[in-house]
Amino acid sequence: MFIACLLFIPLLSAIFLAFLGTRPVAAKANVIASALSFMSALGLAAQMKRQKIALLGHDWFYVDYLSVFLIIITTFIGFTTAIFSVRYLINEQKTRKLTRKKLRFYYSLYQFFFFAALLILVTNNLGVLWVAMECATLITVLLVGLYHIPQSLEAAWKYLILCGFGLAQALLGTILFYVAAETLSSSHNMLLWTELRAASTHLSPHMINIAFVFIVVGYGTKAGFVPLHNWLPDVYGESIASVLPLLSGVLLNLAFYAILRFKLIVDGATTHEFSNHLLQGFGLLNIIIAAFFLLRQREIKRLFAYSSIEHIGLISFAFGLDSSLALFAGLLHMMSHSLVKSAAFFSAGQAIQVRGSLFLDNIKGLSRDYPALGWGLLLSGFSLIGLPPSAMFTSEFLIIFSAIKEHPGLAIPFIIGLSIAFAAILFRVQNMVFGEKDYPLTLRATQLSLFPIYIHLALIIGLGLMIPIVFVQWNEQIIQLMGNFLWR
Amino acid sequence: MDSVIQQLIHFFSALMLLLNFSMLAQRRVLALIRLLALQGLVLSMNIGCIAYASSLPEFYISLILTLVLKVWLIPFILHRLLIKLGMQGKIELIINLPSILLIGLALVIFAFALSASFAQNRTNHLALALASVLISSFMLIIKRKAISQVISILALENSLFFVVSSSTYGMSLVVELGIAFDVLIGLFIFGIFFLRIRENFESLDVKHLEQLREE
Amino acid sequence: MNLLFSIGIQCVQSILLIAIAPLLIGWIAQNHAWLSNKTGAGLAQPYRNLHKLFLKETVLAKNASVLFRSAPYIYFAAMCSITLIIPVFWSHLVFSDIADVVALLGLFALARIFLALAAMDVGTAFGSMGARRGMLISFLAEPAFLMVFFNLALMNHSTSLTQIVTTLLAHPFAINPSLAFAAIAFFMVLLAENARIPVDNPTTHLELTMIHEAMVLEYSGRHLALIEWGNHLKLLNYFAIAIDLFCPWGITNTPQMTALISAIPIFIFKLLVLGSSLSLFEALTAKVRLFRAPEFLTSAFILAILGVLIQLLVMG
Repeated sequence: MFIACLLFIPLLSAIFLAFLGTRPVAAKANVIASALSFMSALGLAAQMKRQKIALLGHDWFYVDYLSVFLIIITTFIGFTTAIFSVRYLINEQKTRKLTRKKLRFYYSLYQFFFFAALLILVTNNLGVLWVAMECATLITVLLVGLYHIPQSLEAAWKYLILCGFGLAQALLGTILFYVAAETLSSSHNMLLWTELRAASTHLSPHMINIAFVFIVVGYGTKAGFVPLHNWLPDVYGESIASVLPLLSGVLLNLAFYAILRFKLIVDGATTHEFSNHLLQGFGLLNIIIAAFFLLRQREIKRLFAYSSIEHIGLISFAFGLDSSLALFAGLLHMMSHSLVKSAAFFSAGQAIQVRGSLFLDNIKGLSRDYPALGWGLLLSGFSLIGLPPSAMFTSEFLIIFSAIKEHPGLAIPFIIGLSIAFAAILFRVQNMVFGEKDYPLTLRATQLSLFPIYIHLALIIGLGLMIPIVFVQWNEQIIQLMGNFLWR
Repeated sequence: MDSVIQQLIHFFSALMLLLNFSMLAQRRVLALIRLLALQGLVLSMNIGCIAYASSLPEFYISLILTLVLKVWLIPFILHRLLIKLGMQGKIELIINLPSILLIGLALVIFAFALSASFAQNRTNHLALALASVLISSFMLIIKRKAISQVISILALENSLFFVVSSSTYGMSLVVELGIAFDVLIGLFIFGIFFLRIRENFESLDVKHLEQLREE
Repeated sequence: MNLLFSIGIQCVQSILLIAIAPLLIGWIAQNHAWLSNKTGAGLAQPYRNLHKLFLKETVLAKNASVLFRSAPYIYFAAMCSITLIIPVFWSHLVFSDIADVVALLGLFALARIFLALAAMDVGTAFGSMGARRGMLISFLAEPAFLMVFFNLALMNHSTSLTQIVTTLLAHPFAINPSLAFAAIAFFMVLLAENARIPVDNPTTHLELTMIHEAMVLEYSGRHLALIEWGNHLKLLNYFAIAIDLFCPWGITNTPQMTALISAIPIFIFKLLVLGSSLSLFEALTAKVRLFRAPEFLTSAFILAILGVLIQLLVMG
């Protein structure tokens, strides 16, 4: 029942908002719809605690602990971003060229995006997973190209082509999985994840490995793995700040979720070695490359974009290490990265609004004119780079700990990358928040949307100080799902 | 399966590869669109063979879907779009044609070697289909105009569909419908972006789309 | 008795081919005329041309060497010897053990080399230009040509034309994709080697656009007649090879009189069809610029190799 709610609320509200969008009540309607989604997610979680794993709707839908974990994160970010959008878009209408017609576009696409995202998380069919991922990509392309200026067109075009190519490779990987399995059964639909997982011991390892490489390359393009990450900084640099939490907090996680689903099948067919090495390799590559690029950034949104690339590398590295501690850290990192990055983009977007420029050199002295915003930016920057008491510190620490235990050599580039990123972001964020420069006052402090930033920061610091038992137990279940190794 | 059907499927796979190579070598845009329609036709004939061999109704539905969408609708939309934009000219290549063809050949050999190592009895179509996918991916980077990138992604989808349709059961109808729907929406979005890029840049040459960098 | 009979059939085949080569060219030219809605010069026009040329006086440059004087004879002799190797009505020719497809290629190369050297012999500008262009085209076409033959050799486990024809005749009709690729590649090579559109316009009179014609600009009289006849014979040989490799039905395996007699009209019919389709193709295509000719030939090469790959890895 909750799954139906989860899917139908965004779909219906998208259609509703498409008609309603130009009126001011649309923003509030968006918030209400997102709140309802979040509550259905919580309801689903409660149901899961009783029922464990749910296979519903004639095998079309499948939820387990991993999907519900991500559903909660997704709907929560949807909720807070919707709250943020209310004031932010009002301010955008004053300062930039956002017309009311585009608002209708924006709200209905926003809910459509969540429909696609939740469909990715609840479906059992790997083909539907691909279709929903492609749908989500196309929707975000439209959202990115909202301003018709040349740079955003270029960014949207690069995004479209590169992710189109990547998703085609992912489709090829999916098809190869299907072809590998189809000789095994005559009646079951071998596109279903549960069937593939059950039959995984009988699949030919060589073919599955090659198929997994295509999957990693394909969905990895969407997740921002390094050779194919070129679209990420451009797209993040050019889109509206209220779309960015969706891109970085939700979509990156979903792409990685798809890779994880396939990894679970591969781990059944062969030893964990191949998939682990692949994920570790891409993870380290991301961390190192992103760290060096971070030093060269001049614009605030691109800065945080490269930080996203780095953190996806961290998550991939954590899941590649594959010990129980590293898996726990990876899951914690997925959650905390989404929260912190959204807070960072909330602050950054408003910083651009009040200072009228997105270049780092032009934004200074935020704490003097807009103290709440300035401190929000500072705290989210600090949480992002992993200073305690943020939860990022906990997860990064656990990952380093696992890495040194298992592959000490790999921990070195990891630490180097983290340190360089630390220095780069710290330097930039401090310059933005402190420092003296005179600006014309554009917006009053009360017009800013600060509630979402602080909610996220509170959650992060709370998670960093004390991880609730519920969370630990939940993650234990997920780790058991990823199966077959010794407790360390 | 009947041996005649088997031979026909082999033939269509080879024809698919040939069409991909022709698209790689072709420079005129309208001819590219015609080749795309021809690819869709070969794909539909392949689905038709499979439908005849297995006589399940969903194959016939997928046959009609492919025919309408890939042989008529998508080339028609592209054609109209190009005529409207006035973009009927030639596309330059990044390196010269013989080198492109030889690199394509190397990719084909790689694909054949890869699927030979799978050691299943379906290596024939899989090898050819995998080669088609690699060739269309290569085509994505080799040409200069934005329209060719769209066409190569569509050719990529055609080749992928070919891989799917050559397997015994095909993918379930819902998935095929979903993919077809996505492709159509993607095409509309491409069209919108073409118009906007034209307005802003006055040309569809890809070098105008390289301005965003780290400075 | 048997040996005498076989040699007799061999000679009949050779003489027949040499005799009807100009007729084939006349047929192609007539088709061209019909396609352009003209009356045409008649099927026997090439014969009249040859007759006229044989009666004319041969003029040689002062510094023409033995090479220049003997090249036409070598060219014509090479083409005639090729007619001895290609099976036309009967698959087991007497001389087929001497030469297989690679030697066939060698004979074509022999003819081409002498013509090119002779063109450069006299020292005119157009001669060397034609020789260079001709060698460029031939050098690029040769790998494709060889690959087509290797394709068929792989399929039929032998490089002898006799063996190839016999094996192909034994198979039921099958749709073979590698054969299709090889056929397309072979036709592209045919167009290039025989100086047809789209590579070279055989009826051009502008020297700067000539490739093959420029090589023979200095010849006159009986030398020119022999070269022209050699050209006609070359096209006929290529057609005969195409028929052998790609649709050999009608060629008999046994030397029975009835089968042999009935093989002739089948062969003539195939030639006519091929001639008409060549003419149609030429009417529909335009000549490509010279620097695009390597692209044309690389495509032929790629197609041929694709055929070989498909044969090797896919068809078992």
